[in-house]
Amino acid sequence: MIRKLAFALAATLALAACGQQDAANKGAQSQAGVQISGAGATFPAPLYAKWAEGQKAATGLALNYQAIGSGGGIKQIEASTVAFGASDKPLKTDELDKNGLVQFPTVMGGVVPVMNLPGIAAGQVKLTGPLLADIYLGKVAKWNDPAIAKVNAGVALPNLPITVVHRSDGSGTSFLFTSYLSAVAPQWASVGASDSVAWPSGVGGKGNDGVAAYVKQTPGAIGYVEYAYAKQNNMTSALLQNADGQFVAPTAANFAAAALGADWTKAPGFYLLLLNQHGANSWPITGATFILMHKQQTDAATAQSVLKFFDWAYANGDAAAGSLDYVPLPTDVKTLVRKSWAGVVGPDGKPVYPGAH
Amino acid sequence: MISSSRSLTRNLGNGVFLVFCWAATALALIALAAILWSLLKQGIGGLDLNVFTKSTPAPGSEGGLLNAILGSVMMCALAMLVAVIVGVLAGTWLSEYAKESRYGSLVRFLNDVLLSAPSILVGLFVYEILVAPLKGFSGYAGAVALALLAVPVITRTTEDVLRLQPVALREASVALGAPVWRTILAVIWKAAQSGMLTGALLAFARISGETAPLLFTALNNQFLNLDMRHPMANLPVVIFQFALSAYDDWRRLAWTGAMLIAVSVLAVTIIARLLTREQRRS
Amino acid sequence: MRTEDYALSVGTSRTIEAGPARTARGAALDRLFEALCFSAATLLLTALAGIIVALAIGGWPAFAKFGFHFFTTATWDPVAEVYGALGAITGTLATSALALVFALPLALGVSIFLVELCPTVLRRPIGTAVELLAGIPSIVYGMWGLFVFAPWFALHIQMPLMMAAPVGSIWEKLVAGVPNGANILTASIILAIMILPFMAATLRELMLTVPAQVRESAYGLGSTTFEVIRKVSLPYVRTGAIGAVMLGLGRALGETMAVTFIIGNAHGLPTSIFASGATIASTIANEFAEATGEMHTASLIALGLVLFVITFVVLALARLLIGRQVQA
Repeated sequence: MIRKLAFALAATLALAACGQQDAANKGAQSQAGVQISGAGATFPAPLYAKWAEGQKAATGLALNYQAIGSGGGIKQIEASTVAFGASDKPLKTDELDKNGLVQFPTVMGGVVPVMNLPGIAAGQVKLTGPLLADIYLGKVAKWNDPAIAKVNAGVALPNLPITVVHRSDGSGTSFLFTSYLSAVAPQWASVGASDSVAWPSGVGGKGNDGVAAYVKQTPGAIGYVEYAYAKQNNMTSALLQNADGQFVAPTAANFAAAALGADWTKAPGFYLLLLNQHGANSWPITGATFILMHKQQTDAATAQSVLKFFDWAYANGDAAAGSLDYVPLPTDVKTLVRKSWAGVVGPDGKPVYPGAH
Repeated sequence: MISSSRSLTRNLGNGVFLVFCWAATALALIALAAILWSLLKQGIGGLDLNVFTKSTPAPGSEGGLLNAILGSVMMCALAMLVAVIVGVLAGTWLSEYAKESRYGSLVRFLNDVLLSAPSILVGLFVYEILVAPLKGFSGYAGAVALALLAVPVITRTTEDVLRLQPVALREASVALGAPVWRTILAVIWKAAQSGMLTGALLAFARISGETAPLLFTALNNQFLNLDMRHPMANLPVVIFQFALSAYDDWRRLAWTGAMLIAVSVLAVTIIARLLTREQRRS
Repeated sequence: MRTEDYALSVGTSRTIEAGPARTARGAALDRLFEALCFSAATLLLTALAGIIVALAIGGWPAFAKFGFHFFTTATWDPVAEVYGALGAITGTLATSALALVFALPLALGVSIFLVELCPTVLRRPIGTAVELLAGIPSIVYGMWGLFVFAPWFALHIQMPLMMAAPVGSIWEKLVAGVPNGANILTASIILAIMILPFMAATLRELMLTVPAQVRESAYGLGSTTFEVIRKVSLPYVRTGAIGAVMLGLGRALGETMAVTFIIGNAHGLPTSIFASGATIASTIANEFAEATGEMHTASLIALGLVLFVITFVVLALARLLIGRQVQA
């Protein structure tokens, strides 16, 4: 009996070993031989997967990106276990220099406040930044509070208690949201901005999905999710007042408007938070996601493949980004990024990126 | 009369007890049915030939779970091989050689501690020793992490089952002139084989669904990779990523993957029991 | 001799003494085999020691900064960089204890059912069904718990209880909480379902080792099923049963994914049975991937070490209790 099981186990492993030989042979023939791995933020993972699929079909390069979290991405690129890391939270220049990293943005998205109010449709409720902060601080506890009614004249707000939903896990989405609240509401200073904070009130949902689930299940709930979740789940979103005083809706066009208003040339290492940007249509909680690579590369071929991947993505990946509810970077930003790639050099000191094609 | 009133309380106690046992089993089966119902309802919809022939897709593209299935099979098989060897030998040592010695008690105690180790910490440990120094995620690291989770289960159950074999069995074998190792291999192990198999199946059930340890060791792979020296796709991590995403096709694949794991554990259990064809003693 | 005493004496295994007629080759192979087994056990020990050392090194900055306050503070503030483990420790202990309280009687019931009461033709299917519960991935428990069980629980159990509690009474405090089903109690229930099959399967295997003649003789003396179980089978397998409980408890203490989804993830001490909480494993799982600060990462790893310490203490206590029982 034990013999039979052992035989079965051995047979499985023998098959696996054959497969390994097979793959090794194939690998020696394909371009770049070894698959390239990157890891980091969860936010852009579906898009990178789409880009990788398209790239493999077009050029044969297999780039494997896995979402392990922005913190994970930063840790792994510092440990050099991956070819590049990805983070929703940009690193400041001193942190970049400490580890010899370059940083550049790839795509943008937005964070959207969503609610569950019986009888209220999307776009009916208006909120301002300070009001949102007060809600999340627990100072405004009911939907028909005068503070909310003041901004929403003519809307029949129900007499429901506000159930605040936030993220229980650390996330770039929380980072953007709390950074926004810190920027527009001085009363939020007691909580601060980070991927994980000590929320003064409310329940925590795991992932965007968890937050969306809680909001959907609880009448009177308010939460914040990535734009893709709000759109795919048809959630009721609120209009938010931007820096120009306009109440804008969360749409891809308004995210792009926020990016257009920003001045990337004055941001070393592309460290720029697209929060509360000027522009009549700018959505106030917009953010880009970033790639981290070593300045000094030990393997020029791998680094070149990575940069070629993003070059291809900039040139051909906008449609894919739009279809998955991401917002592509404006063209001039892409040009700026390509210029910055000259800073990535190989063992011989020469830039690995051959130049714009 | 005294004897009939005593037998009334005894019978009553017995009756309550029997009802409780039936109710407990019914509750367990209801829970299983509820979960399986959800699994099947959500997972069957995504089941088609693509799942077994194509690798994981990007949202909106066509694809399946081929790379994840193969990766999981390979890593679990390797982990079980290592875990069964180490676990059975360690359990045997604890039961046959160590007994109440101080070192034996220590190993037994620490085995129980390892049993409750959160899988994410085991994964981090393997990351520190196999991934960071070698500067790369690999299927081997994933298999080691899974093995570390399976070994305590197998050790525990092996020791418990071996200990309960009657001394008479051992003494009879030794009296016939068999060396100790022969006694253990041919007599004790054989007598305890159904129990040891249960331990192995429990360990396999445990590691087949583990996500956290694989996240930092095997990472995951969007493409098909059978080379265990590099990141390998695996079902639990794929399910984890897809289930919490915003895209319907990914979520359907996640439920299908979850259904596949549960079905495969069931299949392995049934096949293993068929192969052993054990005789129930009662 | 009482049935129980005979059962106990047969159940105790003693070291095998090799017979006099041993060949040199047999003796050498004996030593080789013993060495193999010993190295396997030592390998186990080394792995565990390695994990603990790695955790201690990683978590040292947190211990150095917070000292003993790490164990007594419930604040967990990544922005102010103040970390305290009390909330997570309470959650871990509460959920594991509750899960064991729910699962152990059920596991005993199920295993006894399978061994004594089940019609023979149903024995294997039901046994396999129970083992199948063990084969469901923990993330599925999490997903099922969050999307199916939590709403059901909120609607059918939490809301009625909350509405029935008289205002201002101690009941109201006890059942207070957000009615979304994500709390310590539901997490404990899900945990109980998860650890049930491990304990039931192991207990069943153990009960099957009770020799037939021992049980039959007890029945022959006029015992009811309950009495046979209580006075013959269970004492016979007692040490092994402890092992089964350890399996279950271990799983409960370390379970990550399922608990993370459904416990509500609120740091701080729980104030009612329907309050959200956090366990050590869920806190690490939630925050490790994104943690970038040195102190944040160190605190999470320190939490991991704390979990090991808790496990040590709980297991040592259990051993002490059992030891006393065996002597009594």
